[in-house]
Amino acid sequence: MQNFADPFSLAFRLILSGDAELLTIVLLSLRVSLTAVFIAALIGMPLGAALAVGRFAGREAAIVLVNALMGLPPVVVGLCVYLLLSNAGPLGVLQLLYTPTAMIIAQVVLVTPIIAALSRQVVEDLNGEYAEQLRSLGVSRAASVPTLLWDGRFSLMTALLAGFGRAIAEVGAVIIVGGNINHVTRVMTTTIALETSKGNLALALALGIILVTIAICVNAAVGMLRGGARQVVHA
Amino acid sequence: MRDGQIYAGGAPALPGILPLLAEGLVFQAGGRRLIDIERLRIAAGGTTIVLGPNGAGKSLLLRLLHGLIAPDAGRLAWAGRPADAATRKLQAMVFQRPVLLRRSVAANIDYALKAHGEPRAERAARVAQALEHGGLAGMARQPARTLSGGEQQRLALVRALAVEPAVLFLDEPTASLDPAATAAIERLVSEAARNGTKIIMVTHDIGQARRLGDEVVFLHRGRVVEHSDATAFFQDPGSREARAFIAGELVL
Repeated sequence: MQNFADPFSLAFRLILSGDAELLTIVLLSLRVSLTAVFIAALIGMPLGAALAVGRFAGREAAIVLVNALMGLPPVVVGLCVYLLLSNAGPLGVLQLLYTPTAMIIAQVVLVTPIIAALSRQVVEDLNGEYAEQLRSLGVSRAASVPTLLWDGRFSLMTALLAGFGRAIAEVGAVIIVGGNINHVTRVMTTTIALETSKGNLALALALGIILVTIAICVNAAVGMLRGGARQVVHA
Repeated sequence: MRDGQIYAGGAPALPGILPLLAEGLVFQAGGRRLIDIERLRIAAGGTTIVLGPNGAGKSLLLRLLHGLIAPDAGRLAWAGRPADAATRKLQAMVFQRPVLLRRSVAANIDYALKAHGEPRAERAARVAQALEHGGLAGMARQPARTLSGGEQQRLALVRALAVEPAVLFLDEPTASLDPAATAAIERLVSEAARNGTKIIMVTHDIGQARRLGDEVVFLHRGRVVEHSDATAFFQDPGSREARAFIAGELVL
């Protein structure tokens, strides 16, 4: 038991002492994933809403595609973004490979389909209820998109949450395009992978605990938000 | 210039888009003709009640007239012109189950005014006026969906009236309301009619049709069986179906 408990006590000591290296890693993780989710939301929500209310050829196919892309393997996304950003790639001149920006790009690619697909579902349900009333008020399909997104805001939190959960927890994409460079592109998941293989279980475990705590806190916050909103929204 | 005329002052119906003429109107689904109307002319003024048993196509007819769904055949003309954005702007509709936005009571009315193109400067006053009108002034900031059923429908009604429509469609607005809430709705509707708004209202409540109706369009299996003055309709219905319906028999 001694062996198993030791890393835990070390991990808690690291967390409680506010270890600088630990903090840097956590903050970079949050910065990369939050930025990625923010950008993915800007793209994914209007895209999902457009798929929900739009009437155009290929809509069904587009929905199937977006749903399928929800399951993109992070390593494949990492590889594709790597090919784009590498010196020989089309975006090589930007010199973005092995920077936090590259990691954000990879996570945006990963998260956008998730937010788009979930938003599509939320907005489509809401549109079923709203469509005739909005047409009656003289609001066109296109003009109804902001209305539907705003009125679906509490349900859409779930989409953002799912996107954030995916981004903060994935390791495959960020390790390929970020390179896990100390103090530059090292985030929680890549550090856990590295430190575990090095046998430095305390740091890995400390990060694991923080990662899980963040996940629980974000879920709880959104749960509370939705709970408070439920009586307002679904009465 | 027509727009300038229409919006001048608070008398919406006069320059008007009526009469509404529907000719050869057909709507079908699954190979069945749910609406099949040779000719229906609804004139300006007063309240037209669309009456008929369940499944007669009353709601469908209202949606077709309002332009929410497109007919499979036939055409609509508002004062001789085909329906367009300008005629749409002069219509409003209240649905059987009020569709309220997930916003405050006041924001619901503001949204309708904004969608209607009312200038921002005027909206606050008109929102307040509409709330007052519906007896909802004390609930302005409350989320609309926390209102009772009667209050929700009252909000939907004053929201529809806030844009001063020339024609107001109502699809069984009191179907799920208690007598007190129904009375409040009926009071607002007849007041709007007195102020010159043309009311076209679906109901299957004969008492309500008697209270509010100036004329009756009786629908049966998608066809207009009778279209007559309300008094005449209730005293001496011309068709077997209407007689049975008024007598409270089950019309199939």
